[in-house]
Amino acid sequence: MKAVLIGTALAALVPTLLGSSFHINLATQVLIAAIFASSYNVLAGWGGLVSFGHAAFFGAAGYGAALLVLKAGFGHLAAAMLGLAFATVLACIIGALALRATGISFLMITLALGQILWGLSYRWVSLTGGDNGLTGLKRPALFGLSLDGAAAYYYFTLGIALVAFLSIRRFAGSSLGASLRGTRDQPRRMSALGFNVWLVRWVAFVYAGFWAGVAGLLFLYYHRFIGPHSLSIAESAEVLLMVILGGAGTLTGPIVGAAIIVLVRNLISAYVEHWPMLLGVLFLLVIMFVPEGIVPGIASRLRALRASGHKAPAEAPPHT
Amino acid sequence: MSRLALLLARLTAFVFATTCASLAFAQGEPIRVGLLMIKTGPFAAPGKQMEDGLTQFLRERNYTIAGRKVELITADTAANPAIAKTKTQELIERNKVHVLVGPLAASDMLAIDDLIREAQMPIIASSAAAEDLTQRKLNPWFVRSAGSSGQISHAMADYAAKDLKYKRIATVADDLTFSQEVVAGFQHVFEESGGRIVQKIFSPIATPDYATYVTQLKPNLDAVFISFSGANGPRFLKAFGDYGLRGKVAVLASMTTVDEAILHTMNDDVIGVLSSGWYSAAFDNPENRKFVAEFRAANKSDPGLYAVGAYSAGLFLEQAVIAVNGKVEDKQAFMKALKAVQIKSSPRGEIRLDAYANPIVNAYIRRVERKDGRLMNVVLKTYPNVSQFWTFEPKAFLANPVYSREWPPAKNLE
Amino acid sequence: MHAWAVQTFNSVAFAGLLFLLASGFTLIFGLMRIPNMAHGACFMLGAYVGYSVIKAGLPFFVAVAAAGIALALLGAIVERVVLRRMEANEFAQVLATMGLAFIIADASLWFWGGDALQIPEPDWLRGPVRMGDLVVPKYRIALIVCAAVAAVALWLLVDKTRLGAMIRAGVDNPAIARAMGIRVSKLSTFVFCLGSALVGMGGVLGAPIISIYPGLDFDMLPLAFIVVILGGIGSLAGAFVGSIVIGFIYTFGQAWVADLAYVILFLPMALVLIVRPQGLFGRPAA
Repeated sequence: MKAVLIGTALAALVPTLLGSSFHINLATQVLIAAIFASSYNVLAGWGGLVSFGHAAFFGAAGYGAALLVLKAGFGHLAAAMLGLAFATVLACIIGALALRATGISFLMITLALGQILWGLSYRWVSLTGGDNGLTGLKRPALFGLSLDGAAAYYYFTLGIALVAFLSIRRFAGSSLGASLRGTRDQPRRMSALGFNVWLVRWVAFVYAGFWAGVAGLLFLYYHRFIGPHSLSIAESAEVLLMVILGGAGTLTGPIVGAAIIVLVRNLISAYVEHWPMLLGVLFLLVIMFVPEGIVPGIASRLRALRASGHKAPAEAPPHT
Repeated sequence: MSRLALLLARLTAFVFATTCASLAFAQGEPIRVGLLMIKTGPFAAPGKQMEDGLTQFLRERNYTIAGRKVELITADTAANPAIAKTKTQELIERNKVHVLVGPLAASDMLAIDDLIREAQMPIIASSAAAEDLTQRKLNPWFVRSAGSSGQISHAMADYAAKDLKYKRIATVADDLTFSQEVVAGFQHVFEESGGRIVQKIFSPIATPDYATYVTQLKPNLDAVFISFSGANGPRFLKAFGDYGLRGKVAVLASMTTVDEAILHTMNDDVIGVLSSGWYSAAFDNPENRKFVAEFRAANKSDPGLYAVGAYSAGLFLEQAVIAVNGKVEDKQAFMKALKAVQIKSSPRGEIRLDAYANPIVNAYIRRVERKDGRLMNVVLKTYPNVSQFWTFEPKAFLANPVYSREWPPAKNLE
Repeated sequence: MHAWAVQTFNSVAFAGLLFLLASGFTLIFGLMRIPNMAHGACFMLGAYVGYSVIKAGLPFFVAVAAAGIALALLGAIVERVVLRRMEANEFAQVLATMGLAFIIADASLWFWGGDALQIPEPDWLRGPVRMGDLVVPKYRIALIVCAAVAAVALWLLVDKTRLGAMIRAGVDNPAIARAMGIRVSKLSTFVFCLGSALVGMGGVLGAPIISIYPGLDFDMLPLAFIVVILGGIGSLAGAFVGSIVIGFIYTFGQAWVADLAYVILFLPMALVLIVRPQGLFGRPAA
C-alpha cells in the first residue's frame, strides 16, 4: 500500500517535474502502454496463455469509439462505452474460440483472428479509412475541463491507470486470480479438483480484453487518430515483449517493460539511429542476466543483498 | 516626480533592451528545419533519399539562407502514424523547428494533420501524395513540393491513349490508398480518351510472389499499368518476364515503380518500361546535370522523386525565407510567401504552385534504357504545365469524390 | 482449364518455397520446443549472404551452400551461447529469439543498406518454358525439384536413420529420450544447425522470386508459423502437407477472392485449429 501511495504521488508530480509538454506526453504514452501491458499480463503472465492477437481488443475499442463519434455523431461518453463494449464482446467471442486449444495452437488462433480483424480494418476502406485510418477526433471536455492540454490529459490517463492497476491487483489477489495461476501451473490438478479450467481462463481472457480496450480508448483520444497499425501483429508482439521484459506474472513488471519500450522507441530513437539493434541487445542481456524479467530479477537481487546482511534470510513476501 | 520618471525611464529601457535582445537573439538563431522521414524497415531507402536530397541542397547553400544559418533535424517515423505524431510533436515542441519537411508516407501526413493545424506549423510535404491534401481537405499550413498521386498518371494515360493508341489495359497495383489514387488518375483520363480498363487488381503490400497475379491477367491486353513501391515493382516485373509476358504486353508504370532509388538495383527485366514522372535523372538541363553529378558522387544511386521532392522543398524554403527577409517567425507572412513561390529553374524544370498549394509541373514520359552502363529513365516527351486537375475544370473535379478504389467507377471490367 | 493449370503450378511452386522455409522451423520447434522468432530473419540473412557471394562473382549453387554454412554456424553459436541457458523457459526463448531477430534485421540494414536487392537465377534456368498450353518459368520448376529433393532427404534422415530415430524420440518425449541415453543436447545443436542451414539456403533459393529487402524477415515469419502449426509441430510430413495446403490457398485465394487476401490465409488455419488444435499431423497436447 505504501508503495502504491509513493508511486501515485510521484506519478502525480510528473508534469511539474518534467515541464515540457513533449515529455509529459511521453509519460502519458507510457501509462497507456502500461495499462495495455498489464491487461496482457493477466492473460499471459498469470494465465500462462500467450496470445498473439491482444491488439485486437486495443484496436477494436478505438475503432468502435472513433467510428461512432466520426460517422454516427455519437457523444464521446456513449461512443467510448460502446467501443469498450464492442471490445469486450469481441473478447468473449475470440476467447471462446481460441480457448478450445492451449499452448501454441491457442497462440495461432489468436494470431489468426487478430489478423482477420486487421485485414478488415485495412480493406474496408469505406468504413475504416483503410491504411489512412481515422482522423479528426477531438478530445472531450470532462465536466467542463478541457482535456486538450498535455498535463490535463496526463492526469486523466493517470486516474484511469490507477483504477486499472488497482483493479488488476485486486483480481490477482482474489480467489479467481489464484485459480487462474493454478490453471497455469497445474491445469490437470485443477480440473481434478473440480475447477472449471476453461471458465476460469475465459473469464480472465475477457477481463484482459476489457482493460486492453480501455487502453485502446485512451490511445485513441491521446493521438486523436487510429489506424490498422494498432491492430497489427507488431502491436501484439510489442505488448508481449513489454510483459516478458519487465517480468511476466508480476504487478509492476509490465509497467517497467512498457516504460522501457516506449522510451526507446520514441526518445532514444532520436539519439541512436540503430535503436532496433539496441532493443535487441537489451532483450538478450535481460535474458542472460535476469531471465525472469527485470522487476523479478532486480527484486531477487535486492533480496539477496538484504539477506546477506541478516543472520537469517528475510521471508520475502511472494510478489505475484 | 523625478523618481517616477526614473522608474519609467528604467522600465522603458528594460523593455526596449529585451525587445532588441530577443530580436537580435531571433536573428542570430538558426532556422530550424525538421525532416520527417523513415530510417528503418522497407522504406529505409526512399527515406535516405529524402535526407540526401535535402542535405545536398543545404550543402550547396552552405547551410545559410538570407543570412541565417539553417539547422536540420531529422526524425524517424518508422512508417507508424502514432510514432509520426510523437516525432512531430517532438520536433515542434522540443526542437522548436520553424518549418517541417516531409513526411514520407501519406498515412503519416494524414495522422499529423491536426497537429500541424494546432501548432500552426508550416509544412512542405516533399513526397506525401494524398490527393485531398490539396483538394478537398485543405490545411492552410500545408504546401506540397512533389505532386499529387493522380497528377502524373493522367499524363501517362493520355500518352497511352493518344500516342500509343492503346485500347485495352489492365492495372495491377499495391493495395494502398496512394496506389489506388494513382490508378484512379490513370483510369480517369484513359477512359475519357476512349480506352478501356478491363481489369483492376490490387495486391497486398506484402506479396512475396506475384505469380498468381501475373497469370491472372486477361488475354489480349495492349498494356498493363502498374504502381508499386519498393521491392514490389522489380518482383512483379520479374514474374512478368518469367511467365513469358515481356514483349507481348507493354508495361506502363507509375513514377514510384521505376524511381531512381530502386532502378539501380534492378536488372535488364525493366528495360523498355514506360513511366511518367515529374522528374527524371536523365532530364537534360544544366541544373539537373550538376545536381545529378553531385548526388551520384555523394550517394550510391541516382536521385529519384524522394530526393528531388526534398530538394525542391529546399528551393521553396529558400525563396520563401528570402521573401520574408529571414523572419520565419512571422508565420503568416512566411506561409504566404511559401504559397507564392515560383521556381524558374531547377533540376526538374519550372515549378510553381496552384491555388491549392500543389505544384504545377512538367510531366515527363520516360522509358527505361541502359545508358553509359546504368539504367535511366530517358525522357521521351514532356507535358508542360500539368496541374493536379489535368485538363478538367477544378470545380467540376472537386465536385467528384476523391480518387479511390471505387472512383472513377470501373465500368469496363471483364 | 488453362487458368486452373497455371494456378496449380503456381501453388506447387509456392509450396516448394514454403517447405524450404518451414521445414527447418518445424524441426527446431518440434525437438527443442523453441519458437524461433528469428527464423524469418535467418531466411533474410541467408538471402543477403547469397547476394554477397554472387556479387563476388561466384556461381549460384556456391551462394546457396555458403548461405547454408553461414547460417549453420550462426545457429550453432546462438544455440550454445544463448538458447542453452533457457531450456523450458518459453518466455525467455521468445524474448531472446526476438532480440536476435531485431539485431539481425538492423545489422543487415547497416551492412547491406535499405535498397531492395535482386539475385539473378543461374543463366540456364532463366526464362519461361512451354509445357503444352502452359508457359511457366524454368526456375520455379527447379525450385519445386529442390524442395522435393529436400523433402526426400529429410524424410530419409528422420525416418530411416538412427539419428532420425533419436530426433523423433526427442520430439516425442525428451525426458524419456534422455533417460534412454540419447544425448538430447547434442542432438539439439545438430537440429538447430540443420534447421538454420535449411532456412538459409531457402533464403537464397527463394531470392530470385521474392528478392531481398528490409522487412522480408517479418513478412516470411507468419508464413512459417502458419505452415508449421497447420501441419503439426515437429512433423515433417505436416510441414510438407501444410506447405501444399497453404500454397494452394494462398494462390487460389488471391486469384478468386483477391479482396480477402489478408484473411484468406488465416481463416482456414483458424478453422483447422479450432477443430483440431494439434494441427493436421501433430500430437495432441500433453
